[in-house]
Amino acid sequence: MKTLEVSVVTPSGPVLEGSFDMVVCKAETGEIGILPGHIPLVAPLQISAVRLKTGSETKQLAVNGGFMEVKPDKVTILAQSAEKASEIDIQRAKSAKERAERRLQAKQDNIDKIRAELALKRATNRLNIGS
Amino acid sequence: MVSASKMSKAEQNAKGFVPYADKIQEVVASIANSNTDVSHPMLNKREVKKTAYLVITSDRGLVGAYNSNILRNLFQTIEKRHNSKDEYTVIAVGRKGYDFCKKRDLPMSNSIIGMADHPTFNDIKELASETVQMYSDGEIDELNIIYNHYVSAISQKVTAKKLLPIENLDAHAAVNNDYEYDPDQEQILEVLLPQYAESLIFGALLDGKASEHAASMTAMRSATDNAGELIDDLSLTYNRARQAAITQEITEISGGVAALE
Repeated sequence: MKTLEVSVVTPSGPVLEGSFDMVVCKAETGEIGILPGHIPLVAPLQISAVRLKTGSETKQLAVNGGFMEVKPDKVTILAQSAEKASEIDIQRAKSAKERAERRLQAKQDNIDKIRAELALKRATNRLNIGS
Repeated sequence: MVSASKMSKAEQNAKGFVPYADKIQEVVASIANSNTDVSHPMLNKREVKKTAYLVITSDRGLVGAYNSNILRNLFQTIEKRHNSKDEYTVIAVGRKGYDFCKKRDLPMSNSIIGMADHPTFNDIKELASETVQMYSDGEIDELNIIYNHYVSAISQKVTAKKLLPIENLDAHAAVNNDYEYDPDQEQILEVLLPQYAESLIFGALLDGKASEHAASMTAMRSATDNAGELIDDLSLTYNRARQAAITQEITEISGGVAALE
């Protein structure tokens, strides 16, 4: 059976390279599953989990936005940061979540609010995948 | 020695960034070139009322001509291109650049001091996105970046690049893929271009850091060499003086004995 080459690249270097049967991720427009032979596609991603499937095994990655580029035999995910489930620092994500929640409750001006919301999203995403 | 290990680490960091930069450039180029009717403020030239200069300098001295080369380049460019202070603004990375602008009273809109030796994307993210935002808001109409490009351990070259508006994408148009876009090109550019611009800033920072460590290594090595030479010279002089003193003393004693006889 054909497989997909997947590489996840961030500014601090490649996070993951490997071949998988299927890639499932959340694009801005909704969840999208990619099998080998997909038409070339570019789509921005949400702060979410990327699931990589081989046989019955599923691997999860936390990506913070970015976008993906799909070619028939290759998927490249470019994000500002991405972590494997095992690399997530749960303690840090927890404190980031609390901090973001405190900021949201404090109700400051708009820019802070957007940033806090993003931070909260990132932290929750990490926690979901990490634990 | 310390700088040497820092330099190789920085060089590695810069290398790790290359795949990301290449890929993002490839995608941006293929979108920007695939269709002529896509437009985005970041791709279009507009009348330049205000130019921003992002200078990447070090926090510490002892790096030879690293900072002075950059700052000289900045100063000359400003002298040449601008008549009044309203026409430009400086964004300083590193204490040396910050102090330079403070001392000469150059307008500075943003700065960052205390950058780590091996910066991560998070360290620069805020500054980068604020800078890109300034461009989107129309506060600045052009963004230039001045930094030291790492050529090799003994050679760094001052490089001035125009970052925004994004130009010169055609060189990489060879890889032209017919992509589907979800939801559409304009919205993808909306996400992609700021990310691209930020990544270019980060790339320049990594390059600059590698140069900084290389420059500091060279500076330290020549300092050690010079100190060694100085020590040799001085011990020679010291020994001569000591010998001269002994000889004189002996002459005096034997002179005194001769006078007694």
